[in-house]
Amino acid sequence: MSAQLHVLLSAGEPAQLLPARLQMAFTLGFHIVLVPFGVAFSFLMMIANHRGLRRGDADALRLARRWADVAALLFAVGAVSGTVLSFELGLLWPRLMGRFGGAYGIPFAVEGIFFFLEAIFISIYIYGWTRMRPWPHFWTGLPVVVAGLAGTASVVAANGWMNLPGGITVRDGRVVDVDPLAVFFNRAFWYEFVHMALAAYVVAGFLVAGVYAHALLRGRRDRYHRTGFLLAFTVAAVLTPVQMVVGDYVTRAVFHREPAKFAAVELLPRTRDHVPETLGGVLVHGQVRYGARIPDLASLLAGFDPGARIRGLDVIGPDARPPDRLVSTVHLAFDVMVACSVLLLGLSLWFGASWARRRDLPRSRWFLRAAGVSGLVAVVALETGWVVTEVGRQPWTVVGLLLTRDAVTTSGDVWWFLAGALGIFTAVGIATIGVLTLMRRRWRAMAEPDVPYGPGRPP
Amino acid sequence: MSDAIAVVLFVGVVLYTLFGGADFGAGFWDLTAGGAARGREARTLLDRALGPVWEANHVWLIYCLVVMWTAFPPAFAAIMSTLYLPLGLAAFGIVLRGSGFAFRKMLVGTAEQPAAGAVFAVSSVVTPFFLGAVAGAVASGRVPGDALGSWLTPTSVLAGTLAVAVCAYLAATNLTVEARLRRQPALERYFRRRARLAAVVAGALSLAGLAVVRADAPRLGDRLLGAALPLVLASAGLGLAALVLLRHAVPPRPAQVLAAAAVGALAAGWGVAQYPYLLGTHLTVRAAASPYPTLVAVAVVFGAAVLLCVPSLALLYVLEQRGELEESPGA
Ligand code: HDD
Ligand code: HEM
Ligand code: HEM
Repeated sequence: MSAQLHVLLSAGEPAQLLPARLQMAFTLGFHIVLVPFGVAFSFLMMIANHRGLRRGDADALRLARRWADVAALLFAVGAVSGTVLSFELGLLWPRLMGRFGGAYGIPFAVEGIFFFLEAIFISIYIYGWTRMRPWPHFWTGLPVVVAGLAGTASVVAANGWMNLPGGITVRDGRVVDVDPLAVFFNRAFWYEFVHMALAAYVVAGFLVAGVYAHALLRGRRDRYHRTGFLLAFTVAAVLTPVQMVVGDYVTRAVFHREPAKFAAVELLPRTRDHVPETLGGVLVHGQVRYGARIPDLASLLAGFDPGARIRGLDVIGPDARPPDRLVSTVHLAFDVMVACSVLLLGLSLWFGASWARRRDLPRSRWFLRAAGVSGLVAVVALETGWVVTEVGRQPWTVVGLLLTRDAVTTSGDVWWFLAGALGIFTAVGIATIGVLTLMRRRWRAMAEPDVPYGPGRPP
Repeated sequence: MSDAIAVVLFVGVVLYTLFGGADFGAGFWDLTAGGAARGREARTLLDRALGPVWEANHVWLIYCLVVMWTAFPPAFAAIMSTLYLPLGLAAFGIVLRGSGFAFRKMLVGTAEQPAAGAVFAVSSVVTPFFLGAVAGAVASGRVPGDALGSWLTPTSVLAGTLAVAVCAYLAATNLTVEARLRRQPALERYFRRRARLAAVVAGALSLAGLAVVRADAPRLGDRLLGAALPLVLASAGLGLAALVLLRHAVPPRPAQVLAAAAVGALAAGWGVAQYPYLLGTHLTVRAAASPYPTLVAVAVVFGAAVLLCVPSLALLYVLEQRGELEESPGA
């Protein structure tokens, strides 16, 4: 390892820690972008399919069918990246799994069932378009939607347990008793799950709508493209305000239950009352630098009282205090997530106002331009939200029980593994985008509408 | 209880060998199908047969990992820490294989398609080799051990090679059935021939393997010819019966079932030979097991999985075999 890299590591950190964290962050960050397609895109597909069948809407059916093809591709990439994650849990963090597998593993075991069901029914749905009868075919999509949500719940339960571990008895560093239900329904489970599930729907909705916004901008203003846009955008626009209310609730839950993480979120070195909300800004040598301050706001939001007292980083023992740069990362990530939400909320309200008045999209091209990038904004919110959760937990992997530096593997040279993962995932990412572009070009060139079943053709 | 969960784990291993194996093996036949023109028919058949089921086939691997780390965490941690090289390479192989397969389907008629196909085919052969090598290292009691010495051994190399052969064998019998279902007699003959070849190779490797294992890993060798002998013999018998059926122009379905049973018996033989140890002769199933409530939770999850997934999986395979699931229109 080179000399510069040594500088990045603080004293006493195992050499494998940095590459292992980078790799975990990179592969999780990759996987999570595909998750909305497995969890929420299938729901959009079902709406389009239902509309197509119920109202005899050929455009909607065509959308559903094409979305199923996209889902097939992205589901495959999601599944393989998820498989790598499962290996990584063992390869990078053997001491997490070895010591806590008996508790931490349980939600993953539950997740197994749902991903299995999801994989089975998504295959049936995708490959059943031509030969199965329309309504039975439609219903085979339902388990995909349900299993997607339940699978998300399970995997988020595992994450919640790392943040607020419960349901275990530890003696001499060994887990000697486990209460599986308390592990699964840990104290972070509900809010993390609801927030993540909504995030999946918001991200999928804006991303899909963005594709059709580009088409509308280029003048393809036919019914097919409008339907595609409206279906996806409506789902995202309705859920965005809900997501913000939930986000607000989550923040308060973190204030009460994870004070260390909350101190990082608020960039608060010392415990005090009348805490201002700091927008932007970083921690340098334990002092807050730069950034704009709104007096009393953090106290007001967290404790409903401008004088509310908030615990700062000083409540954390010196051994477990995160370094300044991690605190700054958490704080900035939080600010970016909230800023993205505000942008998305603005766009949703714009759409809502226009729809309420004229039953139509806003006329401005700026609306479509904004909608065209809204998916990327939502992805940024998703990624930064996870950075808040994961980096905000540092230096702990399991809060209070296992430090990240004690969880990391001691064998091999993780830099090589990281290099391989970077190379392969980058290639797969680029190829995925390439293939999607190709599919779109093909569809555009297609003269005959490829309606699978429906009004034109007897089933 | 821990024994029951060890069985649950091993059921997963056997099912992954069968379903995942047939899946990997299809990639082997893809790799060996010859140039673009010559191999077209075989590749089309294998694409169609694999398309709807490959993801489900690979969930068994996740199942094995998850049961292992939940029910037997110290064994899982030790395996992962020792065998990180073959496991890491297998993980990369799985990514390349899955995405190569998905891309190739969508890339029909483009210049990139052969590249995606090649990635799929090569990683389909390499991945089972590494997984087999991991199995060999665990079976021969070399975990924990050092990074290379634990799996660059005669037993592991043999197990890896055997894994590739077994995958090819399972896949060829499956594809014979698929060709029959689709009424493609030429392809049926094509895969029937290859199934016979793979059967002979896999059988020979197993026999040679017994000799290698006896020399390299005496305990495993003794156990395979001791407690596990009935299963080893059953495997040999079933394999021979399958071979006989494959030689005659009878419907291929019984041969497929016999072949799968032969492979399943062999894998189960490994499990019996290991018992009561998970690792070497130092970590027993009982000592590695998680606290009792966790094991109960795993058993409950397993029960729920059987209730929910088995009928769904049956539906998938039935629809697939009835031809209700056809080529996706994306291409
Ligand atoms: C579309 C995505 C999206 C949007 C618009 C928001 N979030 Fe978020 N947020 C997530 C996506 C997300 C996430 C990626 O899904 C996280 C990571 C872990 C989790 O449970 O959800 C998350 C985590 C997360 C956390 C940390 C939770 C923890 O560590 O347990 C907080 C405090 C917030 N969010 C707060 C907010 C607030 C106040 C928002 C708006 C006003 C907001 N989020 C909008
Ligand atoms: C919030 C976090 C996560 C969510 C919501 C999530 C959700 C999903 C979804 C919906 C799929 C289906 C495939 C797809 O849609 O692309 C999937 C696949 C998978 N994920 Fe994740 N995932 C998360 C994190 C993880 C983590 C941390 C792991 C492992 C340690 C993991 C392991 C897997 C595996 C093994 C698969 C493949 C399942 C299959 O074969 O079908 N996931 N995930
Ligand atoms: C629910 C599923 C998830 C589980 C179970 C999970 C688990 C883990 C584990 C075990 C680690 C390594 C130990 C540690 O650093 O604490 C980690 C680190 C990390 N994860 Fe997650 N993770 C999940 C979801 C995500 C997602 C979706 C992201 C998206 C970006 C993410 C981002 C990160 C980052 C950035 C780190 C490194 C933190 C650091 O070391 O500074 N995680 N996660």
